Amino acid sequence: MSESNTVVAVSGLRKEFVVYKKTGRLKREKTVVAAVDGVDLRIERGEMLGYIGPNGAGKSTTLKMLTGILTPSAGEVRVCGLEPVPRRIALTRRIGVVFGQRSVLWWDLPLRESFDLLRHVFRVPADEHAARLRRCREMLDLDEFADTPVRQLSLGQRMRGELTAALLHGPEILFLDEPTIGLDVVSKQAVRSFLAETARRGDTTIVLTTHDLADIERLCKRLVVIDHGHVVHDGTLDALHHRYGSRRQVVVDLEDPWSGDLDLGGAVGEIDGEDPRRVTFSLTNGASTAGELVARLATTVGLRDVSIVEPDIEDVIARLYATAR
Amino acid sequence: MADGTVTAYRRMLTAQVRSMTQYRASFAIDLTTQTVFTVLDIVAVLVIFRVTPSLGGFTLKQVLLVSSLAAIGFALADLLVGNVERLRHYVRTGLLDAVLIRPLSALGQLLVLDFAPRRLGRVLFSATLLTVVVSTSDIDWTPSRVLLLAITPLSAALFFSAVFVLTACVAFWWIDSGEFANSLTYGGRDFTSYPVTVFDGLFRRVFGFLLGFGFVGYYPALGILGIPDPLGMPSFFVWGGPFVAGIAALLATVAWRTGLRHYKGAGS
Amino acid sequence: MGAALARAGFRRYSTYRQATLAGLSTNIVFGMLRMYVLVAAGAAAGGVMAGYTVPQLGTYIWVGQGLLATILMWGWTELSDRVRSGDVVADLLRPVNPVWTYLATDLGRAGHAALIRLLVPVLFGALFFPFYWPREPLSYPLFGVSLVLAVLLCFACRYLVNLTAFWLLDIRGVVSLWMAAAGVLSGLYFPLAFLPGWLAAILQYGTPFPSLMQFPTDVAVERGGLAGQLERIGVQVAWTAVMYAVVFYVQRRAMRKLVIQGG
Repeated sequence: MSESNTVVAVSGLRKEFVVYKKTGRLKREKTVVAAVDGVDLRIERGEMLGYIGPNGAGKSTTLKMLTGILTPSAGEVRVCGLEPVPRRIALTRRIGVVFGQRSVLWWDLPLRESFDLLRHVFRVPADEHAARLRRCREMLDLDEFADTPVRQLSLGQRMRGELTAALLHGPEILFLDEPTIGLDVVSKQAVRSFLAETARRGDTTIVLTTHDLADIERLCKRLVVIDHGHVVHDGTLDALHHRYGSRRQVVVDLEDPWSGDLDLGGAVGEIDGEDPRRVTFSLTNGASTAGELVARLATTVGLRDVSIVEPDIEDVIARLYATAR
Repeated sequence: MADGTVTAYRRMLTAQVRSMTQYRASFAIDLTTQTVFTVLDIVAVLVIFRVTPSLGGFTLKQVLLVSSLAAIGFALADLLVGNVERLRHYVRTGLLDAVLIRPLSALGQLLVLDFAPRRLGRVLFSATLLTVVVSTSDIDWTPSRVLLLAITPLSAALFFSAVFVLTACVAFWWIDSGEFANSLTYGGRDFTSYPVTVFDGLFRRVFGFLLGFGFVGYYPALGILGIPDPLGMPSFFVWGGPFVAGIAALLATVAWRTGLRHYKGAGS
Repeated sequence: MGAALARAGFRRYSTYRQATLAGLSTNIVFGMLRMYVLVAAGAAAGGVMAGYTVPQLGTYIWVGQGLLATILMWGWTELSDRVRSGDVVADLLRPVNPVWTYLATDLGRAGHAALIRLLVPVLFGALFFPFYWPREPLSYPLFGVSLVLAVLLCFACRYLVNLTAFWLLDIRGVVSLWMAAAGVLSGLYFPLAFLPGWLAAILQYGTPFPSLMQFPTDVAVERGGLAGQLERIGVQVAWTAVMYAVVFYVQRRAMRKLVIQGG
């Protein structure tokens, strides 16, 4: 890829915080903790990247250094070719930021007026603003609550407003810090579909942190896992599962007890529990897909019910951390 | 470019004023009590003069000139910059993050986002007070005294604004600083309500000269009244206000920039 | 249970070491500001103002600065925050009236404040400024009684201010009204005896504010002798009884409103 296609270039990024630990009734011990400890990262234009890790791993801290909120202790950062903190104001026009746990909207104003204010704050030409707002209104169903003050919106409605607010100035990169946290299923779906669609259009690079594996599965081709300030994995989700041996499972309820002698292209069924008609198949990489498996089962044995159990991200991550140390 | 920025600030300001005045009853009470607070500062001076003929060698009228010069400076600074004390809240909750992702100065946004129109009452009252005090005082007007009267409210306002920003910046390093800032902002205002001669020893030297509060109301008032300084300081001290305010503003700018670099964010 | 809550309140505040330090230094700066002004005024007035000698004014100021934090005159919005968030329902469902649980916690807080926030400014003032120590041994326990009454009364006033959150969307106006009234009418800015006699009398008997600060400090400087001290404590008792009656009444109304509107 050419240099101009790299929208985020990070090397040796480090952020230290001074922490005071109580060691006695009056004594405190000063320790320096590196929340981000030597992160290297390159993100190309149009990528959709999931940035994950446990609480306190340094996800948000990294994001805040990329967006010009925090000053790095060491290392090089370039976002859209700019050094974030010294060029903060220039950078804000080229990026969009969504905080799942914090609002950038005007609390006491109707959503519509927040959007109008943002047009002036970011100095977006009226026609561009209107076009982007129209698209968001349609995709996110904003009209039903556009006249409600933000403080009265549900979390799901507010998040749809936040997404719109972050995109109205046409950013090259969209940074999302836990955009689905605390949302109900329907709102999560709405947010994911919207992000997937935005990514499909190809002109916006998306970087998101999340705890929700479904976000990653639905949205991100590339996954960066961070723990204790270090990058411990950078690749696809499949590569991650492959590396740590986690599998998605298909659980089926059959008409008759399972005999276990069918050729199902590498998937191995196991009966767990009391009921011999409930069988769990683990899908390994390179084996058949869930669809193929179900199709084969349907033609050979009577199928009453099917459910797919996703591998638990915490599980994968836990295994990852165990090996990272 | 500057034009667009002005529009952006103006829009944000209008929005803030509208949302403040949404709670009409609360706003009315707020406006009243804010005015009452300023009135009370002056009432405190009047009450003390009920039981004493003079204060630090000055008469009631003279003390009131000192107080009202300081009061209008404080009221202006409080109206325009006073809400920067909310920085503590922004730092603690991480709301500052949301401010930093907009293409405007962080300080400018804070001032506009929390602009409190209720503080207008203070400005109006202290302007009235200054007018009354000046017009009823026996002052031998010269061009330089008129000039001094004209610039003193402005330099006092700049000085107090700098104090507000400087003390607010403490929150970047010390979030639990609580009411500490008050001892320099409101404490400074109380100090400037009286002639410096009222205070004594180290306290006078620190507040009056080292921190510069003596140049807010006291020395300009001496210049306007044409009274020599009982403390024996040189006569050019009466023009010290703008210089002290300029230095304070410079320090405040440096502190703000350094503080912003030091911002740690909230949560993970 | 009350004692356990009080202990928890005490411990909770003893962990806010930095805030305590910041508050203390602020109290001391403001104490010095007021001290110099009154000392200068006293010097010009010939040593005595409205019956207060300069050392008595010293005691008045430093005890006043200490009381400010001990009775926690300003800045308690825990109850109204819980009303706004709806968490207050949990408080009202408990078998104990929330007035008592909040009061027990507040007494623990006040105990901690009396040890640090009251004692330190008083010692500072006594060390560096003219200061009047009570002559009669009986004045010390009387001050203790007056202090406890001020804490109880101030809690009731704050609780009442917070209860308005059941009716008002935004109680900032009420809070600042309370701050202004409590600040001036309690005698924080100047002794109420500096005012014309009729005005001082109206304030002292007709409002609860002087009972918060003016009376405890007057008891400490032995104003009016034993009779004066007992009279002030009597007025404090009366106002405390009245305010708790009002608090219980208003809280009953608030609960009824909550039941009718369903929270």
